[in-house]
Amino acid sequence: MSAIQQRKRKRVVPIEEACIGCRLCEVACVTEHSRSKDPVRAFKEENPRPRPRNVLEERGHESFSLSCRHCTEPHCVDACIAGAMVRDSETGRVIHHPEKCVGCWSCVMNCPFGAIHMDRERSVIYKCDLCPERERPACVDACPNRALILIEVEE
Amino acid sequence: MGYVIIGNCIAAVGAVEGIRRHDTRTPITILSKEPYPAYGRPLIANYLKGKVAESEIALRSPDFYESHGVEVHLGCPATTIRTGQRQVVAEGGMAFPYERLLIATGGDPFLPPIAGLEGPNVHTFVTLDDAKALRQEAPSLRRVVVVGGGLIGLKAAESLHDLGIQVTIVELADRILSLAFDEVAGRLIAHRLSEIGIQIITENTVEEILRQRDGTINGARLKDGNILACDAVVVAIGVRPNIAVVEGTEIQTQRGILVDEYMETNVPGIYAAGDVAEAKDWHFAEWRVVPIWPNAYRQGMVAGQNMAGQRISFSGSIPMNSIAFYGIPTISVGVTNPPDDGSYEVHISLTEEEKSYRKLVFKDGTLVGAVLVGRVERAGILTGLIREKRPAEGFKEALLKEDLSYLDLPRPLRKEKLGLPTEEVPFGVRAG
Repeated sequence: MSAIQQRKRKRVVPIEEACIGCRLCEVACVTEHSRSKDPVRAFKEENPRPRPRNVLEERGHESFSLSCRHCTEPHCVDACIAGAMVRDSETGRVIHHPEKCVGCWSCVMNCPFGAIHMDRERSVIYKCDLCPERERPACVDACPNRALILIEVEE
Repeated sequence: MGYVIIGNCIAAVGAVEGIRRHDTRTPITILSKEPYPAYGRPLIANYLKGKVAESEIALRSPDFYESHGVEVHLGCPATTIRTGQRQVVAEGGMAFPYERLLIATGGDPFLPPIAGLEGPNVHTFVTLDDAKALRQEAPSLRRVVVVGGGLIGLKAAESLHDLGIQVTIVELADRILSLAFDEVAGRLIAHRLSEIGIQIITENTVEEILRQRDGTINGARLKDGNILACDAVVVAIGVRPNIAVVEGTEIQTQRGILVDEYMETNVPGIYAAGDVAEAKDWHFAEWRVVPIWPNAYRQGMVAGQNMAGQRISFSGSIPMNSIAFYGIPTISVGVTNPPDDGSYEVHISLTEEEKSYRKLVFKDGTLVGAVLVGRVERAGILTGLIREKRPAEGFKEALLKEDLSYLDLPRPLRKEKLGLPTEEVPFGVRAG
């Protein structure tokens, strides 16, 4: 057990006014979560093709990129019957273990942002993991317009 | 001295995680009736049909108890609480002193007075041991009668059917899933189960279990006189709060153990959470036992934090279920069968051939319930509105769309939920 301390949590914030709906965030997400880490190969060759874990919400001139908020009180964790969705108390990330997921969609039912997506063929969910191998998530780095920014939240 | 938790399912896990947010030192003791580390109870249906192994159903990693400073006693049911001495006594007589106590004993399956119920081949379907007993017996079973057409009964029926067993569900009400779902959703699921080959009999019940001379089951006699040939019976008509441990104490009970909004009982320092607790409902101005999974975790989390000295209020139990039957995902949240008093407004969209159904229930302009069958993508946006009681005036119709998006919510709400909180420090903004 570690002592309790004030921690900083990473969070990706969409800036609606700056989003032009280019979907580069989705391309970056697919590439980052591909085997090849190459966008052309990821889209053209990999099977199954990785799916974007963010969603570009778009209607007319309005758009923004939405991904898992990594909530402090994550309702998806409340709902998970398989122990597949857990909150890491050290980093504050909400982590999904696909090998434990049974595709019951309870987290889909309980995520108030609709940020958890269904892979119905494989009967598992997928969602933003904040790119654990990177300092900044790939979507944030890819956004040409600073419509996605990474902040740190004190808890 | 320290924390004692009676019970070892999801409410207990929530409580441990809640306590450790604020107190990393004081020891926690868990007394578990079952001999297993906390497991995903709904997964017993997957276990029965052989889709997951026993080793795969644990809710947390193997080092969970150790890393959270929990001394867990498996196979050690609590029998009494001595509130005066602040002690829990377990089977065998060992006493465990507590400073703060959580009762998370869950529910026990209810067994109706059916003639012939005592004896072999009768099963309940709540615990891993129940599933193990059924799985062991399954190879010798050809026909099984499931008493009760609720979620547990249907899941047991589905798993038995997948094992090649002929299954008949007998339900007292005029439709299956009458509690969790509405009439249309119940019909769509019933139709799907019939297509698969599971027989459903409604407005009927098993009055007598028929046994051969050696005691084994060979049939079930129904209320209407018909006899169903079968080799086993699964009773799944509901669970009742397991309040035995508080009998003889001053801890108040009605259906379950009564708790205030901090999940504390009338006895200071003693809390209850999960299927055993009777807590504030999120919508109706009453106290209810709402025995569903997310509720149990949340109540445990709130209780645990309060046991560790916080003062966090439980926002109220919301009934909700997400369950798939043979590829049809099905979600129900909140008030799904509104009282017919004219104060509820119901919006429906139904595509029967595609087995797609959406029903939204509003009261005073606020979403209070939803039923989705078929397309359940992003259902949580609805659940969020239901939980927070957000007025939906101006965007009701948008919520009925199958391709519901967060953009369908009003801009001020989006900003509040997604925008940059002013006190936060921007970090990693790309140099322009």
